[in-house]
Amino acid sequence: MTDFPQAPSTVYYFGTCLSDMIYPEAGLAGIRLLQREGVEVIYPSGQSCCGQPAYNSGFPDEARAVALAQVKAFSGSDAPIVVPSGSCAGMMRVHYPLLFEHEPEYFEVKRFSQRIFELTSFLRHSLNATYVDKGPPITLTWHSSCHARREMVCTEDSKFLLKQLANVTLVELTNEHECCGFGGTFSVKRPEISAAMVKDKVRDIQDTGASAFITGDCGCMMNISGHMEKSRHPISGHHIAEFILERIHG
Amino acid sequence: MDKEKKYNFARGAVKALADIQLRENLASATQTLRQKRLAVFDDPEATEALREIGSRIKARGLTHLPRLLEELEARCTQNGIIVHWAETTEEANHIVFSIMDTHGAKKVVKGKSMVSEEMHFNAFMAARGKEALETDLGEFIIQLNNEPPSHIIVPAIHKNRKQIGKIFAEKIPGTSYTEDTDILLATARKILREHYRTADIGLSGVNFAVAETGTLCLVENEGNGRMCTTVPPVHVALMGLEKVVEKLDEVPPLYRLLCGSATGQRITTYFNMINGPRKKGERDGPTEVHLVILDNGRSRMLADPQLRKVLQCIRCGTCLNHCPVYTRIGGHAYNATYPGPIGKILMPQLEGLETYGELTSASSLCNACSEVCPVKIPIPELIRRLRDESYMKKGVGVVPGHGYKRNLLESFIWKGWRYSQTIPLLNRAMLKILGLTGWLLPNVGPLKKWTRSHTKPIFAKESLKKRIRQEGISHE
Repeated sequence: MTDFPQAPSTVYYFGTCLSDMIYPEAGLAGIRLLQREGVEVIYPSGQSCCGQPAYNSGFPDEARAVALAQVKAFSGSDAPIVVPSGSCAGMMRVHYPLLFEHEPEYFEVKRFSQRIFELTSFLRHSLNATYVDKGPPITLTWHSSCHARREMVCTEDSKFLLKQLANVTLVELTNEHECCGFGGTFSVKRPEISAAMVKDKVRDIQDTGASAFITGDCGCMMNISGHMEKSRHPISGHHIAEFILERIHG
Repeated sequence: MDKEKKYNFARGAVKALADIQLRENLASATQTLRQKRLAVFDDPEATEALREIGSRIKARGLTHLPRLLEELEARCTQNGIIVHWAETTEEANHIVFSIMDTHGAKKVVKGKSMVSEEMHFNAFMAARGKEALETDLGEFIIQLNNEPPSHIIVPAIHKNRKQIGKIFAEKIPGTSYTEDTDILLATARKILREHYRTADIGLSGVNFAVAETGTLCLVENEGNGRMCTTVPPVHVALMGLEKVVEKLDEVPPLYRLLCGSATGQRITTYFNMINGPRKKGERDGPTEVHLVILDNGRSRMLADPQLRKVLQCIRCGTCLNHCPVYTRIGGHAYNATYPGPIGKILMPQLEGLETYGELTSASSLCNACSEVCPVKIPIPELIRRLRDESYMKKGVGVVPGHGYKRNLLESFIWKGWRYSQTIPLLNRAMLKILGLTGWLLPNVGPLKKWTRSHTKPIFAKESLKKRIRQEGISHE
């Protein structure tokens, strides 16, 4: 069980590279949700990517170099580091110690890893965030990234926040436990298999009758939405932070 | 071997994905197996505790493996079991062949054994005029149809009842088509009973070999294992050297984990404990029992503390049933003795990365396999390790065929990526360029593969970093 710091005054924010390149509003929304709870949010400018693409593709030296750049960028204080992605958080919390198991930087990296928290878990357990829904009634479904589910174990926290929104009906997804097929470089190294997986995921999402799907990971969102748009059956996909922010502002 | 080298995994996967009947059969069968497993392992805490025990038993066994194997050999020998050591599959085949020769044996009946698949035993024997007959029902079906198994526990998982009815009608003279499983079963039983009676040798695998007692444990549901190990005059058991456990006490937790994970059973219909040949005054059982212990690269795997974890495997097949890739493409697409997640980390180690390295790419690293593995093998961690080995300099890696994928272009791309993610100025420049001209990216390489089933990603005109500065959020 993760030890969550209680009501910290300051947190660091790791925005993720996908949020930098493609979904800046999702990254920004996470910051707003944290600020709303009275926390000072600091965004270290030296940050970039968690290093997972190289780590998963057979290039551990490159992954280590990028990981160390993050450790350095967040070394200003011991403040918790909040990440709006289960996958990037899992990389930094669970995999960094494995990546540095036989390296002299192990202990420094391990201390950094223990400061990593996924956004929705942090909002729930460290900040006791509560939300009042000002949006119109909507039916939606939730897609969990595999690393949110199996590494950060934050799926229930994300749903806990969504369920506070009174006008939102959450329909559970069939085969919710199953991967959407993204897997970073997997989606371009084995495009045929990845496509079969996302196709099934899109079918399951459509079968819920929901008018939107929510996820805590921009990688899955890019994969699922990208496939929906290509097959011309778009249902809007939203990052949970952006969605909650929009609902509470009405 | 040449044929395997030429095998194109991507093409095999595409072919399997397009086979609607196959997709249906796999989806339905693996879903049933997942549900049955869950019904037995319905208490998450107890399951986790049991997995922890299983994992530690196997890990400790590997730590003491040389001593345990020597103890096993000594106890088995005391019990009257003749122990043979085979470094390679070829050696193992020759050992069994010479046993057959000694007895003038022509026909061997086989209980299910993955090691025999690893040895390509049936082909070896056929080439030398010996008849090797599968008696496990699933194996029997696919042997009729001249196919390799597509799953390590359910070898005919890719076939449904109707397809099996058709195979029986076509391949067994005097059999008419039926979908009635009882009739199909009776047909198979009748044929198999006759083979048990007339076989010269009975062959089996081993699920657990107990060092302290010299006991060979065999887990099965159809009674064919018991027939193969008791009816013919000679019994030959095949095992990979990782199957040894130290104590009899260690068998019950492993057995529970195996049954629950493999078929969702609390216990199997048959559990055989073989302690040696027929003793004086006993009325049945083989007069000779042989145990062939196969290495085939396992000692090499054992030498590496991370790679050895693959040797914890108890061959339950649950990683296959839970894998989003296996459940869509099935076992044949892997063109490997061991398909699915376990195959991805075992095949490259058995036969070399240049032959089976491609399998490691067939994973989104979703962790569904490691979540259910009864002995907690960190399969995704080992997939990553083998991907690393694929690009390692010659002599730096330890897996045969390491470095087979090394190429300047990929190294160059990842170097470039590294600098763009470690030099802040370069990172900002890259984001700016992507935002301004990302839509101009030519539709080639990875992007081309992406756009086959997705729209092109739209890069943000202003990165999060830039938005942070605009919004006046503190950025040190």
